[in-house]
Amino acid sequence: MKKTIYSFLALFTLASFFFACGEGQQGSNGALTSNAAERVYVAPGEHDEFYAFISGGFSGQLSVYGLPSGRLFKVIPVFSQDAEKAWGYNEETKPMLNTSHGFVPWDDSHHPDISQTNGELDGRYVFINGNNTPRIAKIDLSVFETTEIIEIPNSAGNHSSAFVTENTEYVVAGTRFSVPVPQRDMPINEYKGNFKGALTFISVDPEDGGMNIKFQLIMPGFDYDLSHPGRGASHGWFFFTTYNSEEANSLLEVNASQNDKDFIAAVNWKKIEEFVNNGGGTKMPANYAHNVYDDNTHMATSTMEKEVLVVNPAEVPGAVYLLPTPKSPHGCDVDPSGEYIIGAGKLSADITVHSFTKMLDAIENQKFDGDAYGIPILSFEDVRAGTVSQPGLGPLHTEFDGQGNAYTTFFISSEVVKWKLGTWEVVDRQPCFYSVGHLMIPGGNSRKPFGKYVVAMNKITKDRYLPTGPEVTQSAQLYDISGEKMELLLDFPTVGEPHYAAGIAADIVKERSRKIFELQNNKHPFAVTSDADARVERKGNEVHIYMTMIRSHFNPDNIEGVKVGDKVFFHVTNLEQDYDVPHGISVIGANTSELLIMPGQTESFVWEPKQPGVWPFYCTDFCSALHQEMQGYIRVSPAASGTELKWSLGE
Amino acid sequence: MKKGKIIMFLAALLPMLLFVFPLWKITLEAPQYPTPLGMYIYINDFADANPHDIKNINLMNHYVGMKYIPDAIPEFKIFPIGIAITTLIGLVIGIWARYRWYLYWFIMMVLVSTVGLIDFYRWEYEYGHDLDPKAIMKFTNPDGSVMGFQPPFFGTKHILNFTAHSYPQLGAYCLAGGIALGLVAWWVARREKRNA
Repeated sequence: MKKTIYSFLALFTLASFFFACGEGQQGSNGALTSNAAERVYVAPGEHDEFYAFISGGFSGQLSVYGLPSGRLFKVIPVFSQDAEKAWGYNEETKPMLNTSHGFVPWDDSHHPDISQTNGELDGRYVFINGNNTPRIAKIDLSVFETTEIIEIPNSAGNHSSAFVTENTEYVVAGTRFSVPVPQRDMPINEYKGNFKGALTFISVDPEDGGMNIKFQLIMPGFDYDLSHPGRGASHGWFFFTTYNSEEANSLLEVNASQNDKDFIAAVNWKKIEEFVNNGGGTKMPANYAHNVYDDNTHMATSTMEKEVLVVNPAEVPGAVYLLPTPKSPHGCDVDPSGEYIIGAGKLSADITVHSFTKMLDAIENQKFDGDAYGIPILSFEDVRAGTVSQPGLGPLHTEFDGQGNAYTTFFISSEVVKWKLGTWEVVDRQPCFYSVGHLMIPGGNSRKPFGKYVVAMNKITKDRYLPTGPEVTQSAQLYDISGEKMELLLDFPTVGEPHYAAGIAADIVKERSRKIFELQNNKHPFAVTSDADARVERKGNEVHIYMTMIRSHFNPDNIEGVKVGDKVFFHVTNLEQDYDVPHGISVIGANTSELLIMPGQTESFVWEPKQPGVWPFYCTDFCSALHQEMQGYIRVSPAASGTELKWSLGE
Repeated sequence: MKKGKIIMFLAALLPMLLFVFPLWKITLEAPQYPTPLGMYIYINDFADANPHDIKNINLMNHYVGMKYIPDAIPEFKIFPIGIAITTLIGLVIGIWARYRWYLYWFIMMVLVSTVGLIDFYRWEYEYGHDLDPKAIMKFTNPDGSVMGFQPPFFGTKHILNFTAHSYPQLGAYCLAGGIALGLVAWWVARREKRNA
């Protein structure tokens, strides 16, 4: 009995010791340094140092934040309809969401990447992929609007996308799911050897940024998970992680996790480019949408492209090699020098680093370890530069600070680990709250990262914020990485699921941001640039209202002669030429969103009145001291009535 | 050539820079306009300080019933002719006339400029007081009279939510410099004559 009491006592003492220790640690390790608030505080009226473009995941959009404050400035609609901005609702932008499957109002946006010149961010465009119905979008940073979307044929689960080469020669889009190419009706269990993985190289016009599919490399039926371009010495190559080299078509969590090693596919795109420039490749029938928005007509057009150039790796010997990489690698990241290619085996406890120099050497000396469908497999030990041993559990993504350090996220152990390139030693680790996916250092995917902050994007938040029912916000966390140790400075909530982000010094972007659209450049076919031209026209049962808006009235604001059964088009031009004076408009019962029209812009919506009456419309954006007076009436007469078409202002 | 004569030529030619540089500038500051609205007055034109400023000044001013700033006023035709003629006279005097005429030219220029300034003030007064009786917002002075919105002739003035500045610009300094040089030319020429 005494013995038991002693044991209890001992246990109690031990427990209190642990407790005390725990408390003591919390003081020092609570991660927050005392002046964290000061370091993320951007005083009223002052600007953040960086823009962060954070993907919305299942929201389909791209949000714009400031760093270090974590303030949200704008959600740019990309792949999903947005009633606030009439994106995909008004007549002008509906074509932007057209695909070979018809109008698709949603997608899953994952990986933004900023255009580059000579390996450095130039701040002209952000590219981002739509994962579900494969598409690549381009956002023009002079207007912060999506101005081009191209659908990717022969692709499914467009995930190893949208990463740019160092002069923005190409935006690359790799398929995650392999599919029959071309698509056809066939048994699913005949996957092996029949399904293919398309890696798509989209050229970007250096002048106007126009996108075009240059070629598709038709690879074996693996899952192409993520990718990054070579840079510096490795410029001209592109690297893709693969999993499911087992080519399983069911219960992949087990069946695609059998091989000890999958691959990083190294693609010499310069070689393939040369091949296709000399007439190589096969033109294959296809059907995919190419949607372009024009800032002068303020309209989008959608064109269905009917052909795509495909290249079989076997046709271009020496263009593709496979680098064995342990355990279903996820992240595929290339350091600023272009020498190290990092494959994070998500089921491994290690991070594998390949050397570009060693890879070239192995290729030259033909140190092959078999092949997969004719593609040479290099031997693991010949290409491996090193391994970061046991840094954490579930490594995913790596970014770089330009000072010789790499930062890798660990999903399972929920942390960011800082380690040294070359020595592979772990320098520091900081917890994430919780289950971090991607991380982002502004300029991290370039030759010149701005190594001041890292943003970790978490999949789970649980108790980190005030609860909002079963669905709670996802979150980003900002760490200062300017010192030897990382310091957690700030949590901030995100829109949708933040898969990845791209950051850039604000100075590169902000001077180019436009304030208004010049009215004199407005080439919209239904634009009215002077009050004298405001009018209403009838064409059969279509009524076209050519309307203007300026503080604080519509012209015309009294319209009569519309009948039940008519299709009424409001074509509204904002005549303002002053910064930050948008106007909005909507009318009772419109089966669509409002319009939110920027100065100098024209937008249109359709209204199909169903009952006779006099129906008001009004300005939906508080524009001026007389915003409440900015209203009008439209009279709707029965279908058979003879009410004359007329319109007026101020009579 | 004698110094006085050279200075007289300079005096006559300097006001011609009015065709290059603005005469005056009116600037309107308000919290909503971190970049202030501004209008340059040239001898023959009104011009935006930043693109679309005049349009935006008009939009602001229509609330209190002020007329739109006109595209053209008669002065834009008269003033350039006036400046061209006075310069011509100055050159003629410089070539042929005796130095005492330099002084007459100076006095003429002072008178002409004064007339110009009075005209400018009169235009500003009209612009600020000729209000639309249907104005959206009507303001009265403490004494009950209708509030005017005349921009300051010279200096800075608070008008409702705006702070208005009105100052001469390089063109005006060129004109003033030309006039002053006329006087200097007379004084130098006189000394040259006496010392001769």
